Amino acid sequence: MAGALVFAEVTPEGPHPVASELLAHARGAGLPVSAVALGPGATAAAAALGAHGAATVFASDDLVFAEHPGRPAAHVLAGLVGEHAPDIVLFAQTYDSRDVAGRLQARTGSSLMANATAIADARHARAEIFGGTQVVEVELDGPSPTIVLLRPKSIAPDATGGSADVVALDVDVPDDVRGARVVERHEEAASGPRLEDAKVVVAGGRGLGGPDAFALLDELAESIDGAAVGASRAAVDAGWVPYSYQIGQTGKTVKPEVYLAAGISGALQHAVGMKGARRIVAINKDADAPILAIADLGVVGDLFQILPALTEEIRRRRGS
Amino acid sequence: MDVVVCTKYVPTDATLGPDHLVVRSGVDGTLDPGDEYGLELALQLTERHGGEVTVVSMGPDEANQAIQRALAMGAQRGIHVVDPALRGADALATARVLAAAIGRTTFDLVIAGVESTDGYTGTVPVTIAELLDVASITAIRTLEPDGDGARIERMTEGGFDVYDCPLPAVVTVTAGAVEPRYPSLKGIMQAKQKPVDRPTLGELGITDVVAGQRVTSVTDAPAKGGGEIVQGDEAIGRIADLLSDAKVI
Repeated sequence: MAGALVFAEVTPEGPHPVASELLAHARGAGLPVSAVALGPGATAAAAALGAHGAATVFASDDLVFAEHPGRPAAHVLAGLVGEHAPDIVLFAQTYDSRDVAGRLQARTGSSLMANATAIADARHARAEIFGGTQVVEVELDGPSPTIVLLRPKSIAPDATGGSADVVALDVDVPDDVRGARVVERHEEAASGPRLEDAKVVVAGGRGLGGPDAFALLDELAESIDGAAVGASRAAVDAGWVPYSYQIGQTGKTVKPEVYLAAGISGALQHAVGMKGARRIVAINKDADAPILAIADLGVVGDLFQILPALTEEIRRRRGS
Repeated sequence: MDVVVCTKYVPTDATLGPDHLVVRSGVDGTLDPGDEYGLELALQLTERHGGEVTVVSMGPDEANQAIQRALAMGAQRGIHVVDPALRGADALATARVLAAAIGRTTFDLVIAGVESTDGYTGTVPVTIAELLDVASITAIRTLEPDGDGARIERMTEGGFDVYDCPLPAVVTVTAGAVEPRYPSLKGIMQAKQKPVDRPTLGELGITDVVAGQRVTSVTDAPAKGGGEIVQGDEAIGRIADLLSDAKVI
């Protein structure tokens, strides 16, 4: 199997949205593409993966992949790589995929490139470094396949309308490569759109001064249809909002129509996750905050006055 | 519980040199701030449950500063792998060196940061786990010994998962999981007396270091020009106008 093998994260609800982006990257580089999906929902996800360009989907619905994240997947993937000899294995730059990629690399001895934004072929990739201020082209040496982790939202998914041949994997994961086991899952009840899908993102940072001020952002988001609330790493590290809010190099990448940053200084770490927004509005009391240099509209002022007044103005214009 | 903490010395302002590698020698640097959380967790675990903390770092001579800071915070000893051949070592070479150094110690737990704040690759800890043939959990926020293993909470996109994890294991600790301590004056004085082992690559059984990738070109990203800056009462109407133009309200 020359070409690309895409590691597609799946859940019973379907493939992770980034999986179709990985398929688009592979097709854009002119590579024949297969996908591997492991865990509950894998077989059902094959249709969606085929519709985005996967010719073959290797699938196993085995519970071991959900109960023991990472290690069994790397074990099975290493077997597939040995059997089918792809030129490149593509992963999403997410925590879960990264854990599989790192273990696969130890098995294959391959060169691995993280944080890529594009691939030209199986040996050439591009990344933005130092918070997106510089672009590097990288050549990957070493044994095949190369391993490349691509940042979410670095390409638009591309539906081909195709269908995939599904190859059911006969999985036998030995006990000694199962590793840690999940015994409880805690999901915070999410309301409104996913942060990654929202048309408008309103995000808060250190300048909010504490968790209570996020209520101002919640109210602003409620006044706009399709808006979601996010946060900078500083606000998450301080424990004001959960990790699921975090936007940046560590955290989520968003590309909304409008990104409104309140009390966020705009460290490179944060900019990586939001600079692709179509329009950026920044509210900061510090006229020297770096975020103002990348904002289409910068407001120097007190967010505690501006946010409620803005919510009021939006409600007035919408007649509600 | 004996804990090995992986630490990285990172430049304060990372730049690429003429060889397209990150300049690591002769520039100001620091213990990677992301590593301090793992170190703090290691110190708390050994203070509560006994055992020692060893810090391991691969890097130029300057990386000793990161080790000294970790020793000043309370780690008992250090391992510093320094060799010119490691310049430009990629993620796999780094993992092989660190795994070999860790493999020479006795450990119940290896702790690292989730990712470095210069490269943000984030795969080295799990690659180390695979090379050491042990379990791993990334992005954890708590760890409590439980029987022969540990009970661990891992951050997820929508909340957190609880794991039963066999030991030994490799874990990475998220920022904010614990509050890193400042080194005391006494700690800084004591650090100078603590042992730092400097094994050679030969002693680690590393025969060659291959850089698996090379940067072929570097260009500045197109600068996004800043837009207009407004102040005062005008701001509210201008933001609302922008939202209208974007057809989101």
